[in-house]
Amino acid sequence: MPSEPSQSGTNGQGRRPDRAAHSAALLVAMLATWLLLSGYFEAFLLTLGAMSCVLVVAIARRMDVIDRESFPIHLTARLLTYWPWLLKEIWLAAVDVTKRVLSPRMPISPTLIDLEATQRSDLGQVIYANSITLTPGTYTIRIHENRILVHALSREGAESLAGGDMDRRVTALEAG
Amino acid sequence: MLFAAATIALLVAMGLALARAFLGPTVYDRILAVNAFGTKTVLMIAVLGFLSGRPEFLDIALLYALINFIGTIAVLKFVRYADLGKGTREHDREALR
Amino acid sequence: MELLRDILAWGLVLGGCFFTVVGAFGLVRLPDVYTRIHSAGIVDTVGAGLLLAGLTLYGGFTIVTVKLLLILAFIFFTSPAACNALANAMYSAGIKPVLAKDDEGGGS
Repeated sequence: MPSEPSQSGTNGQGRRPDRAAHSAALLVAMLATWLLLSGYFEAFLLTLGAMSCVLVVAIARRMDVIDRESFPIHLTARLLTYWPWLLKEIWLAAVDVTKRVLSPRMPISPTLIDLEATQRSDLGQVIYANSITLTPGTYTIRIHENRILVHALSREGAESLAGGDMDRRVTALEAG
Repeated sequence: MLFAAATIALLVAMGLALARAFLGPTVYDRILAVNAFGTKTVLMIAVLGFLSGRPEFLDIALLYALINFIGTIAVLKFVRYADLGKGTREHDREALR
Repeated sequence: MELLRDILAWGLVLGGCFFTVVGAFGLVRLPDVYTRIHSAGIVDTVGAGLLLAGLTLYGGFTIVTVKLLLILAFIFFTSPAACNALANAMYSAGIKPVLAKDDEGGGS
């Protein structure tokens, strides 16, 4: 995948300039998926696969669904450093929730908390909200105007989220 | 041996999810239970593929992972609006204008 | 080397099974819908993650590995969306979450 295509749009709205790069990336990704999933390497079948990939890209372009938001290749490099951190958080949170579920007294304290999302683009906010949801023990109920309503299984979980570490990381991810 | 143990564990988990689907009490409990059941089904198909030495099962698991998601969203939309076409007709009318 | 890989694969698969069963158990044990979603979340992330990672390790690197990783990616991308759709639908329908009282001290 191309790591960092040059882009002029700053805030997720600049769609036209990088459409060709996104279409190409989508085509490459689909060809790779087709090859890996089918496992056939005969000329006839390869041609059919390539044709169907080109057809799908053409349809996607016509539907106007190829843009920075649906296919964020500009984030690829930074996502690779964000995901390991997220996986670590998921692991720690899962162990915590497991302890709470299994302990006889069940020390849970369900909490609703309203957080501010400091990301500028919709995509950044969605990444933040989905990161919260992926981490066991907290999930997003809704996003409205930069405010995220979160349900936490324990007060400690809500407090650690309110500390804003994840929020800062996602904002850095989005802005670079 | 390992895969037999994994299959049994997954069956236990699926039984617990089914219990929640039967107990309810709200419709959202049941949807959640069915969604969790679906995730376990995906894992189960993958493990079964290894258990019986037929990795082609993974293609089915792959499809099931997607169908599970679409199914959950469809049922949620139906419960909420009692109408799976909600939103699309207005959109079509806009597009035709 | 072979032995080490097998032991690691066993550990991952059994760990995944453990978290899956715990998640399902929480689905039955926890008191209301909003808290049960947390429990289902464990199955979707850690349970599926460890189990499929174990299978990947066991199978060695072939086309099977790619399919397992794709399944994992699909689960990781779709589960928060489904979970959020469910929570949002419940909240909009007016179902109130059972919350901890402030004076109770709550968790541990």
